[in-house]
Amino acid sequence: MENLLSIEKSQSGRRGVRFEKTAKHDYLPSDVLRTSAPKLPEMSEFDTVRHFTRLSQQNYSLDGQFYPLGSCTMKYNPKAYDVLSVLEPFANAHPFAPESAVQGTLRVMYELQELLKEITGLSAFTLQPAAGAHGELTGILTVRAYHDAHKNSSRTEVIVPDTAHGTNPATANMAGYTVVNIKSAADGCVDKQALQAALSDKTAAVMLTVPNTVGLFEKDIREIADMVHKAGALLYMDGANFNALIGLAKPADFGVDVMHLNLHKTFAAPHGGGGPGSGPVGAAKHVAPFLPKPIVEKKDGKYTLLGEMPQSLGKMKAFYGNIAVVLRGYCYLRQFDAATLKNIAEKAILNANYVRAKLKGKFDAFFDVNCMHECVLSIDPAKMNGVHTADVAKRLLDYGFYAPTIYFPLIVPEAMMIEPTETESKETLDAFVGALEKIYDEIFANPQLVHDAPHTQPVSRIDEVSAARQPNLRW
Amino acid sequence: MFTPHTKQDEQEMLAAVGVSSVKELLNKIPADLLYPNYHLPAALTEQQLTAHLHALAAENKPLKNFIGAGMYRHFIPAAVPALSGRGEFLTAYTPYQAEASQGTLQTIYEFQSCICALFDMDVATASHYDGATALAEAVLAAHRVTGREEVIVSSLLHPHYKEVLATYTRHSAVRLTEAKPTSEGTLDVQALKNQVSDKTACVVISTPNFLGYVEQAGEISKIAHEKGALLVAQVNPLSLGLLQTPGSYDADFAVAEGQPLGNPVSFGGPGLGIMTAKKAYMRQLPGRMVGIAKDKNGKRAFVLTLQAREQHIRREKAASNICSNEAICALNAVIYLTLLGPQGLKEVAELNVERAHQLAEKINKVKGFKVLSVAPFFNEFVVTCPVPASEVIEKLAAKGIGAGYDLGQTCEQMKNALLVCATELSTPEDISAYISALEEI
Ligand SMILES: Cc1ncc(COP(=O)(O)O)c(C=O)c1O
Repeated sequence: MENLLSIEKSQSGRRGVRFEKTAKHDYLPSDVLRTSAPKLPEMSEFDTVRHFTRLSQQNYSLDGQFYPLGSCTMKYNPKAYDVLSVLEPFANAHPFAPESAVQGTLRVMYELQELLKEITGLSAFTLQPAAGAHGELTGILTVRAYHDAHKNSSRTEVIVPDTAHGTNPATANMAGYTVVNIKSAADGCVDKQALQAALSDKTAAVMLTVPNTVGLFEKDIREIADMVHKAGALLYMDGANFNALIGLAKPADFGVDVMHLNLHKTFAAPHGGGGPGSGPVGAAKHVAPFLPKPIVEKKDGKYTLLGEMPQSLGKMKAFYGNIAVVLRGYCYLRQFDAATLKNIAEKAILNANYVRAKLKGKFDAFFDVNCMHECVLSIDPAKMNGVHTADVAKRLLDYGFYAPTIYFPLIVPEAMMIEPTETESKETLDAFVGALEKIYDEIFANPQLVHDAPHTQPVSRIDEVSAARQPNLRW
Repeated sequence: MFTPHTKQDEQEMLAAVGVSSVKELLNKIPADLLYPNYHLPAALTEQQLTAHLHALAAENKPLKNFIGAGMYRHFIPAAVPALSGRGEFLTAYTPYQAEASQGTLQTIYEFQSCICALFDMDVATASHYDGATALAEAVLAAHRVTGREEVIVSSLLHPHYKEVLATYTRHSAVRLTEAKPTSEGTLDVQALKNQVSDKTACVVISTPNFLGYVEQAGEISKIAHEKGALLVAQVNPLSLGLLQTPGSYDADFAVAEGQPLGNPVSFGGPGLGIMTAKKAYMRQLPGRMVGIAKDKNGKRAFVLTLQAREQHIRREKAASNICSNEAICALNAVIYLTLLGPQGLKEVAELNVERAHQLAEKINKVKGFKVLSVAPFFNEFVVTCPVPASEVIEKLAAKGIGAGYDLGQTCEQMKNALLVCATELSTPEDISAYISALEEI
């Protein structure tokens, strides 16, 4: 049966909420009023509850299923944070309330800034960015403000490896830079010769993801940082994969000048079906004055946003950041000490390597080496009875697992990127490996079964092209 | 423990990988970078963490709130968080695997539909970060569409939005200039007429504007369109339960901070960037959109669509770098709109208007205080005070009242001006308390 839309269930006169009646209706002149009612559904509260509950049941989610989506760090989101991040005094704190009335919120922000400084070794953090990509833009605009202040406006290029997430080149372009793409070396890491050839007095920054998107640590990171700095450029680190490093190493020690973190990945904030996230940006001492304003400071025992930041790039969004998500990140870092964080990173790495090792021979890693927190497999349809990565991904849904990230990174043909995270047990990983082994057998015994997957979902394989041809984006 | 591994699991897994310790897997990390010292606080148990967060929350002081200025406290029906907080929604990722994400996808389609209906616009995206970033991206799109560089921005735009717009356009060809206000707290339409030219990419208005007053959007729209410029309107979505829609005055892009629709103020974030446009500009919009498709049996299905605009396909040529957005906030909004329906939305909008007008009337009767303008307003307006607004705010805070926003922060001439907001949550008792507190100044 097809799911009805709310508007298809609508019955004239039904409603879910009512408000007090007003005494008068003529406060406003008629020429500023809307002339017809909006076409919104008319439903009772119960209709609405059942409608959205039914929809929720048509979703795979981390709470329900193993969700090994590479580069997304789908780790368990503790229920305590759901409650604590929306305590009334936090949820009702107005961003323009007198600071004396919001000391609790400001203190959480300040303490999180301090904690993030400690785990990265950087000198300052802004909590303003709303997501990872927004953090990237913040970071690259910070770089730009730094160069401008040093009368270095002739630096017009940002170097991005071909393994980078699409947000990296898109960010550099939004910041007004020309993107210089460089090819990776055969081992999946930065090709130092290619980097050297691309670096010049035009280079503003190099954007590196560490560990990179093929799940490998940039072994020459310090040398790379030296090359970048020698050219007068800054090293930007995309910290989307920081779950592999938390408690193990500090980016500042690598020579990183600016980086972003994703609280909705490493710090256990849920992804919400697309957000909201939070992408704090950290900077080394020489770059810190250029971060967006304001940053929370502590003065005479009070927390304040009123400090001067004369060299700041300005504001990246209205107000101060996604504070409800910031609260979750704060909870996470208060629940775990340094030893536990180290254990978290180590177990994330162990889990990824375990899956990689168990699948070897059937689904091989593209780079046959030990990986960090995720492993990237590659399928050769010629050797797999014509089955593609997308088919395997869809078939996994039938086995009750969400699919890995597929067709990213772009340098790996038919990529399948698996990030189990540390919160998954060996039993779950074994079941997942077992499902992939069964799919491997199906590929040869009954490839059509795999081609036609999924068979168990609310809808079968969707023709995505049909949606773009004549877009229907609303009722 | 956060990690479920038993000692035995760990041993078996290490053996399967063929190493004797995890440290062996870290051999690419230079040894002297590994295992630095950390100075982190002791780990808290869940019980301790709960007590700690409650103690921190208690450091926030509850206020009878009359502060708006871009974030508005409204009543949130219990069903909103109860539904959006379901783990099936909350712990899913962006719906990349459409067949296993029909729930999330359909809610986004319904969100886009409700927003288009509310705004009278052709298309809406799945969401943007917040009102300010949505506005900045709309301006960049208008610049791309028209190929023109001059952008005329209402001087009565929210100061944070102005700053974000400046940040986002600083390294593009866009040049920002301001449209002047009248002393009545709305834009000077005549002056604007002389300002708009065939070099103008777009005119950006805010209505109700930052001072709370409704602009003559229809007039301004005509002025812009006569010169081939676009109109970008930033609105309060809740006001559209009652006020004229961006579609009705022919806006090309309309954006909003969607927080008033079922989301708490949360010290300013997360917000909900609402981004809408005319159909002609659909392919210029940043971020995710959900459309209807067919599955292979011909059944209706929902998918992310028009992805050829986006960073994961287009990389440096993408319309924007946005990836994650504000999905749960959009879910809150669509549940809120579904619960209220057209009638409930009109009622809550009327209640906002009534409470704000009752408050304004009463303030006008307090000696020395005066409402600035007779221009129409929704739930917010300006009061000129006999003393600096900062002083009023301080005195009322001491009585547990959030008096409003000090307009002196943005402009020295306005230092006695207070921006005051009342919503359906401002009870008659709260309003009386506010008036008594003003009388004592
Ligand atoms: C490596 C990498 N960088 C950046 C991003 C963008 O982060 P966000 O979606 O929070 O904007 C992602 C998200 O998938 C990522 O995996």
